[in-house]
Amino acid sequence: MKRILRVENLSIEFHDHALAEKVVTDLNLDIFEGEIVGLVGESGSGKSLTAMAAAGLLSRHDIKKSGIIDFDGTDMLSAERAELRKVQGNKLSVIFQEPMTSLNPLKKIGWQVEESMKIHMPEMTASERKNRALEVLLQVELKEPERVYNSYPHQLSGGMRQRVMIAAAMAITPKLLIADEPTTALDVTVQMEIIELLKDIRKTYGTSILFISHDLSLVSILCDRVAVMKNGVIVESGNVREIFDFPKHEYTKKLIASIPVVEL
Amino acid sequence: MKKTEKHNYNLILGIVLTAIVLIPAVIGIFYTPYDTESMNLALKMASPSFSHPMGCDNYGRDIFSRIMKGSSITFLIGVGTVFWGSLIGTLVGAFTAYYGGVVDEILMRVNDVIFSFPSLLLALVFVAILGPGTYQVLFALAIAFIPSYARVVRGEFLRQKSMDYVQLARLAGAKDLRIMFVHILPNIRKVLISSILIGFNNAVLAEAGLSFLGIGVSPPKASLGSMLSDAQTYLFSKPELALFPGLTIIIMVLGISLISKEVA
Ligand SMILES: Nc1ncnc2c1ncn2[C@@H]1O[C@H](COP(=O)(O)OP(=O)(O)OP(=O)(O)O)[C@@H](O)[C@H]1O
Ligand SMILES: [Mg+2]
Repeated sequence: MKRILRVENLSIEFHDHALAEKVVTDLNLDIFEGEIVGLVGESGSGKSLTAMAAAGLLSRHDIKKSGIIDFDGTDMLSAERAELRKVQGNKLSVIFQEPMTSLNPLKKIGWQVEESMKIHMPEMTASERKNRALEVLLQVELKEPERVYNSYPHQLSGGMRQRVMIAAAMAITPKLLIADEPTTALDVTVQMEIIELLKDIRKTYGTSILFISHDLSLVSILCDRVAVMKNGVIVESGNVREIFDFPKHEYTKKLIASIPVVEL
Repeated sequence: MKKTEKHNYNLILGIVLTAIVLIPAVIGIFYTPYDTESMNLALKMASPSFSHPMGCDNYGRDIFSRIMKGSSITFLIGVGTVFWGSLIGTLVGAFTAYYGGVVDEILMRVNDVIFSFPSLLLALVFVAILGPGTYQVLFALAIAFIPSYARVVRGEFLRQKSMDYVQLARLAGAKDLRIMFVHILPNIRKVLISSILIGFNNAVLAEAGLSFLGIGVSPPKASLGSMLSDAQTYLFSKPELALFPGLTIIIMVLGISLISKEVA
């Protein structure tokens, strides 16, 4: 299997206060083709920052990064914007936690789903783009894709919007999908549907997924491997089953113990 | 958003008042019943009559014609001022907010300094440098207005820039200009439109003020301000000379401000 993402000794430091603050320390993470990897940890442990760095979005003057992030041959830590742009929305897509704010309130869904095609495939005609948009909207199990295509974000529910986000992310079939807590804002039943959808996407397209969550139970359903993160450090990582059955680190044990047991 | 009945009345009243002034003003650009600059001593201080509905001034010029011409000049100065002021101000605000950094710091400090003077005072300084005249007034007011637009747009852009949909536009691979003007700009339209309308009013009042002081539009050209200025001498003997241009200014400003409250 081919390695699609390699993160080596990643450290991230904030320099926006008098005292520098290290929020990610010596982090190592690999993702192989077609693999779903979970990144779990409590709030503030540095999951989102790691994801942003991997997506090439962490280019603020007051943030210092070191280490290696190699995504399919592109150096995501130090490549120029122009080079990152060729990768972003093309080989790599991201979905965020809040489906309410992730969509531009003034643009129709269709326009937003087509954005990455407009940017990366200028040779596509308007009707080809629309066909592809309708196809992915159908794939994320939105009924009446034509109606959704012509809707504005405020006309859709949270769950529908998150499906739209996934459709937009998949329109151009990326090699890696980074999903930063994509189900946290949704209620439990919708959460499970989205998890199933992500599984389908991997099956259909062979897309690798970095699934960020603080919910170990979701990770155990969806992921092949998992990395447990605390205070900017990965304390334990490995196969999901192994970690669940034989957690070594105290923090992992605590996380597992805190999963509410649901009697079925 | 649901508008109450009362709000709609305000809007309609605003549009009606604005139209009362605007329609003659627009016609006045191309046509006036009488020549507005040549004198006719036979009609000096003529009282309102059928052929001169507002009477004639101290040079025997038809006041109604001069109001038409004067409000068209005032109107053009207002439109020109907000056009250039908001265009340049928007560009400055958008770029400084989007890129931040040292340029932003410097420009905003300069802006703060300029902003701390009332714009009428600034315009006065510029007119003093450039000399009186229609285009000089327009130019001076436009420059004096840039900082306030830059400030409003910068604030709105900063707010939008941190929102998820903007991050996602970056992650779709969109170029900076596209993000700024296709993704973000439409989302600040309400604030922009209402500050354009308020700016128009301020420009009208500023033009009147400058011309009243005798350093704006210069005689024999008519502007609402210069007509008021000319009327001072005859304020008690022939108050219509001041009354009509004064009323025109009030109606125009009132109409626009009613509209601006409704669109915001
Ligand atoms: N501007 C900043 N200056 C200093 N520290 C910051 C700044 N922004 C974020 N941090 C810190 O970085 C750490 C990691 O943040 P991050 O968003 O990656 O956490 P997370 O694991 O995604 O948490 P959550 O589950 O709440 O999303 C946090 O402890 C936060 O306090
Ligand atoms: Mg996070």
